[in-house]
Amino acid sequence: MSAFLDALGRVPPLLANHVLLSAAALLLGIAISLPLGIWSARNATVASVSLGFASLVQTIPSLALLALFYPLLLSLSALVGGGIPALGFLPSLIALTLYALLPILRNAVAGLHGIDPAVIQAADAVGMTPAQKLRLVEAPLVAPVLIAGIRTAAVWTIGAATLSTTVGQPSLGDMIFAGLQTQNWALVLAGCVSAAALALAVDALIGAIEYGIRSRRRWLWIASAVVLVLGTAAATAPLWPKGGADRTVVVGAKNFAEQYILARLIGDRLEQAGYTVEYRDGLGSAVVFGALSSGDIDVYVDYAGTIWANEMKRNDVPERPAMVAAIADWARREHHVGLVGSLGFENAYAFAMKGDAAKSKGIASLDDLVKAAPGMTLGSDLEFLERPEWAAVKRAYPLRFAKTTPYSPTFMYRALESGNVDVISAFSSDGRIAADGLTVLTDPRRAIPGYDAILMVAPKRAGDAKFLAALKPMVGRIPVEAMRAANYRVDRDTDKQTPEAAAKWLAAKTGLQE
Amino acid sequence: MFPASCAQMPDNSPALAFERVTKRYPGSGGTTIAVDGVSLEIARGSFVALVGTSGSGKSTLLKTLNRLVEPSEGRVTIDGADVADEPAPELRRRIGYVFQNIGLFPHMTIAENIAIGLRIAGRTDEAKVGELLDLVDLPRNIASRMPDALSGGQRQRVGIARALAPGAKLLLLDEAFGALDPVTRDALGTRIRELHDRLGLTTILVTHDMAEALLLADRVLVMKAGRIVADATPADLVAGKGGDDAQALVQVPRAQAERLQALVA
Repeated sequence: MSAFLDALGRVPPLLANHVLLSAAALLLGIAISLPLGIWSARNATVASVSLGFASLVQTIPSLALLALFYPLLLSLSALVGGGIPALGFLPSLIALTLYALLPILRNAVAGLHGIDPAVIQAADAVGMTPAQKLRLVEAPLVAPVLIAGIRTAAVWTIGAATLSTTVGQPSLGDMIFAGLQTQNWALVLAGCVSAAALALAVDALIGAIEYGIRSRRRWLWIASAVVLVLGTAAATAPLWPKGGADRTVVVGAKNFAEQYILARLIGDRLEQAGYTVEYRDGLGSAVVFGALSSGDIDVYVDYAGTIWANEMKRNDVPERPAMVAAIADWARREHHVGLVGSLGFENAYAFAMKGDAAKSKGIASLDDLVKAAPGMTLGSDLEFLERPEWAAVKRAYPLRFAKTTPYSPTFMYRALESGNVDVISAFSSDGRIAADGLTVLTDPRRAIPGYDAILMVAPKRAGDAKFLAALKPMVGRIPVEAMRAANYRVDRDTDKQTPEAAAKWLAAKTGLQE
Repeated sequence: MFPASCAQMPDNSPALAFERVTKRYPGSGGTTIAVDGVSLEIARGSFVALVGTSGSGKSTLLKTLNRLVEPSEGRVTIDGADVADEPAPELRRRIGYVFQNIGLFPHMTIAENIAIGLRIAGRTDEAKVGELLDLVDLPRNIASRMPDALSGGQRQRVGIARALAPGAKLLLLDEAFGALDPVTRDALGTRIRELHDRLGLTTILVTHDMAEALLLADRVLVMKAGRIVADATPADLVAGKGGDDAQALVQVPRAQAERLQALVA
């Protein structure tokens, strides 16, 4: 219970972002679909195009719709010479706005078509101009139906806004995704309860407005609208501008425990240096470097091999120090991004099997695995099968698995333990490798590049001496054993710790805490 | 019953003219001609009935006066001025239009419905809702009710009050009594004729009921397939003049009257 209450403490700033995003998307959706709805009601061609488009948008899963705007905005930004943020608020706003269009548009058209033609003829016959007809007759008659559509759109938008976490926009989804990754169910529950409570409250208030208009109770709908507006304003209060904005830094993290822990470790150090710290958790590894180079986040930890393969498109495998040096040079030259240094451990992709199974089948290396693979199932994380590392491994070793199944990292280990899969694409710094007694297969052909954890900073921080001074002590200070142990504190099934607590433990363990 | 000498000839009621008015509707099966080159003059202060079967074009012709229908050819004038010369809303605010489906605004009270013409014209003079309700024989206390609380006959009376509220001198009745029961219909028709005389209106009544036309109008026009096929006084029509098409319509109420007479005898 206390874990749940602790988790609720994280709600206010996330709720503020969630409400701001949902309200902005809903208002923009209304602003677009109202004129479009009126036009559609008067023109059948426009109606079939606009409703067809809005319905098509609805068939796209909301997560995919959000993800779609990252490459779209990125190429648009490139086209106009940069300056358009591809991550965070903008893509979330566009996707959610598109999502809000259909219910509003559909109800506006249905409502306008549902008005008695005699009433419209009377409006013309008494000499109303088109604007008067809209204001005095059509708008009041269509209002209840239209507001029902806005109500549906509001609930959808609030729900889908939880997914904006994946494109780097803070929302209540941060708690759900982070909690899911670290199996912190109190965090998941707090996130879900907050999002559901928000949706129910908004639904009830808009419902009261709808009822007030339908039953001609002026005081009811005005009072409900006032409560809705004041509630929105109050919920976004944590975002109201206060002084010292340039002292605020944003620490980014990908979507697994090690990243959360390292982000807190970095954040704690920056807070000690006098900065106000915000966290942007759960960023996809494909978008996080872009977020850094565009300045959406100020600092995060990446892995050498990821940058090497995904950003630099290289598939040769040099020695680890040479690789880090080449990355530092490339990042500065191409993106003005600073590489502070290696933290001292590696989190490489590593093929792992249960220790006893590996022994009984006589598999110790990837070469040994080639023969056995056709009778085995590979469990991977969600992105591994699409990554260049997997392509490089397949080039070096002709692996043909009977089946491959992607999991979220936590469930991948569960699947190996329960025998659903035989081999997994594990991470070498994962505490569960030692704890579960797994055997890591060797890579004699050196297909997998080095994955030194490297500290990356945004262009505007690359020359910020005070900022760098706070981070430099971390370079070379975190051995893989310490990182594994910290990860295990968060990832283990019982007596789990929060990333914050694990970060404090890691700081003490490595002597980073004075 | 209502000889022409009874009707006042007030100066401020309008005179109307149709000049070779044609209305075509394009359709999948070819063009439909609803009104076919009608030329016609209507004197100020007259009460004219436009009679015909369904699809004869009578309602279409009527609507060219307040531009709910725009003619394909020809022109329509009120007191010599082409109705197309000013914006349609301005024109319509001077013309009372009452139709079968009434079209009261369901979200407005009776008083708001009656006063709508003044409100949209930005006229701040207080609509005399009470007097207008008196005029159409409705109790004043219904002013605050909503339309759905009224009977069909009451609603049509409100429709008439709404049409007259801005001080219209031209009243167009488009099958206005079509949906009412015979008793209400007769009472309302008589009331309209009284209002026509008292307020000095020019009134055009579109109806498919020849008896109604004969009993209320000074002049009866019969339409068939978009053309005027008869133009006569009620007395002349009852006397057998006006041509075959008109007589086919007059024959219906005449035969009904004879059969009723036979029942009495």
